[in-house]
Formats: sequence, C-alpha cells, structure tokens
Amino acid sequence: MYQTTYHRASSVDEAASLFAKGTEAKFLAGGQTLLPVMKQRLASPSDVIDLGKIKELQGVELSGDVLTIKAGTTYFDIMQNADVQKAIPAIAYLTSVLGDPAVRYRGTIGGSIANNDPAADYPAALLALGATVKTNKRSISAEDFFQGLFTTALEDGEIITAVSFPVPAKAGYAKMRHPASRFALTAVFVAQTKSGEIRVAATGASQSGVMRVPAIEAALKAKWSPAAIDGVSVSASNLLADIHGTAEYRANLIKVMAQRAVTAAG
Amino acid sequence: MSTVKLTVNGKAVSVDVEDRTLLVQLLRENLNLTGTHVGCDTSQCGACVVHMDGKAVKSCTMLAGQADGANVTTIEGIAKGDELHPMQAAFRDNHGLQCGYCTPGMIMSAIDIVHRHGGGLDEATVRRELEGNICRCTGYHNIVKAVLDAAGRMKVSQAAE
Repeated sequence: MYQTTYHRASSVDEAASLFAKGTEAKFLAGGQTLLPVMKQRLASPSDVIDLGKIKELQGVELSGDVLTIKAGTTYFDIMQNADVQKAIPAIAYLTSVLGDPAVRYRGTIGGSIANNDPAADYPAALLALGATVKTNKRSISAEDFFQGLFTTALEDGEIITAVSFPVPAKAGYAKMRHPASRFALTAVFVAQTKSGEIRVAATGASQSGVMRVPAIEAALKAKWSPAAIDGVSVSASNLLADIHGTAEYRANLIKVMAQRAVTAAG
Repeated sequence: MSTVKLTVNGKAVSVDVEDRTLLVQLLRENLNLTGTHVGCDTSQCGACVVHMDGKAVKSCTMLAGQADGANVTTIEGIAKGDELHPMQAAFRDNHGLQCGYCTPGMIMSAIDIVHRHGGGLDEATVRRELEGNICRCTGYHNIVKAVLDAAGRMKVSQAAE
C-alpha cells in the first residue's frame, strides 16, 4: 500500500470538509473493497476519510411504507434487523449471501453502492425496488445513480447518507454465487410494487453493470409465476463473458435466477 | 505517523505507526503477536481473523487506525493461562489441524460462530459459516467436527460459570 493519511470523521459535515482539504482523498466505509484495492496499489488516495464512526450514518428506520437504511449500517446489522426482516425480507436474504461472516461485520450498504461493482448484490435490490439514494447534497433515484461499471452519479466529495426503499407487495432475490469470490456470477432481484408495477434487475450479467430486464418484467406482468418466464428470450448482447461463463450462459442464468427469485417472493 | 491506542488481549497498548499500517501488521510487527497469520492478503482466506469488540474481522482488511479505541482479542488471548480455550482443546482432540497455518483464524471465526448460534449449531451451518476461512490441507472434516464439539463444551462451561 502506498503512503496515505488517515482521518477519522465524527460527522458527515466534518468528513466533507476533510475531503475538500485532501488533494486526492477517498472516503472509507467498511473498507472491504477499498483496502484490498489500495493494497494492490490500484488506488493511492492521498487521504483516507473514515466514515465508520459517524453515528448519524448508522441504523434502520421503518416509517409507513418506506424502509430507510443509513449508509454506514453494516451487512451484519442489516441482516439481523427486525424491520428489514419484516418489511423486505428479500433484502435480509440478499445480505446473508453477500461476502462471508467477517466481511459482513465490516462492509456497509453505502460502501457497496458507491463502489458499484458490476457483480455486487445491492445495486440489483435498489434498482428493482425503485430505491432512492440520499446524499449530503440531494436525493438520487436508483435509475440515475448507477451509471455503468464502478461509476455512479456521485460527485467528488459527495457522501451517501442513506438508502430509502419503498416497501413492495412482494420481492425475491436469487443468486448464482461464485464459490471463491462470493460475488454474483449472475443474480436477479424481482419486485412487485404496491401499485402493481413489476420491476426486475440483474447484476453480474451486463457489461454496463446492473440492469433492468424488460422482457421478464413484461412476462411477469402478464402472469406472476416462474412458468411465465419459460418462453422469454433474453439477449446475450452486451452481457459479460469471462472465464467463469459465456454471455449466452449468463443470459440463461438471468432467466433461471428470475424464476427462482419469483418462487422465493411467493 | 499516528498514535493508535487500543486494548489487545486485555492490555492497553499505544503504538506509533504509519497511517497505511494494517491492523495485522500492528499486531505482528509492533506487538510481536505472530499467532495471527497473513495468508492470501486479499481478504479471502481468513488466516488473519481476530476479534474486534467481540466480532470476528479480517485484520488484513482494516487499517490500524480504524481499530483505535477498540478492544482486540487475538489467538494469544483466549486461553486462561495453561488452560486452553474450549475451541482450542476441541481442535486438538479432533485433530482439527494439519499444517496449522489457518488454525488461528479458524479458531477465532469458530468462536464467533458459536457465540452467534449457541446450541442451535449444526454441521451445515458450521460449513456455511466457515466459508471465509480457507484450509489448504483440506482438513475441513475434522475442523467442522471440532467446532461442533466445542459448541457443546462452550455451552457447558458457560452454564458452569
């Protein structure tokens, strides 16, 4: 790891002002991605601003039909949270198959979505549920937030403070998990909103990061059942192809994972 | 350089380290607690697992500064004098190690698993929960047996206290 200067912020405002003083600063949440990347010398921030002890970034709130998870809440705390389990159990499940126990103690939802790895789990949940990303400056819809591989709408120095999820009528998640990295080889989040809209998002599949799957949404709108997806054709164009799977394999996985996600949603 | 103050195995320590120092480096190189190992160095293998404020974390994936003010327990801190921790005793009795390199991380993760699941632990849960700890000798069978054995012993020793 290259030299860096570590700062611990005690509030979002302090973190923003520390960031502004650094020449090439980075925010550190749980560090489960940033620190490995720094160790590989793929990132060399002049300053690391630790958000981990900021109390206003911790916790979960359920208010009416909106579940708000503050950005610094760890995967472990999200999984265990009674409001998450009650309001959107698919999010608790998604979190339980993310990383491993030691990673789940440290990693945070804000860190995950700020990084926007094309095979990360949370982006699929945000996009399928129509979530809103709150920052210290504004609110951003999930659609506008995720902008391709490792790219988001966040501006330099902008800090994610929370994610708000509308509580859906039904939701489910299914993941083909890479056994070594534990990232999604392909995973699908399906949701039926309380107003009847069907939204389906796939992660680990597209070269452009998390994506909606309109063909499966249309099939599920006609009939909410795994069998409704049987006849759908998912295009392999622009899907990822690597040593783990071809684009055609991932196209088929999108269908299979969507069917399993619908079964899980009930 | 920064001064990091933390409690390690019950003792308060204060160490001056470069800001880029990882927690595992502070433990091994500054405090000479070399029981905590570095295996993969990429957050996959779990050889570096220690407890921070009661939670099993990968000490190669934390800056020392993030542990400032924390209470850290390493493999050196779990026995009571000459009396092994029940998890250590169970690993010995069940031959839960071959080369021993992964063992400190396995034991620290396993104690955390028992604390979280208590008596309700079964083999499938142990195997799933140990996925962040890799044994290259492929000795998982006896490791799982040891964890299940220790879960029983830890319950007994808690009840006795």
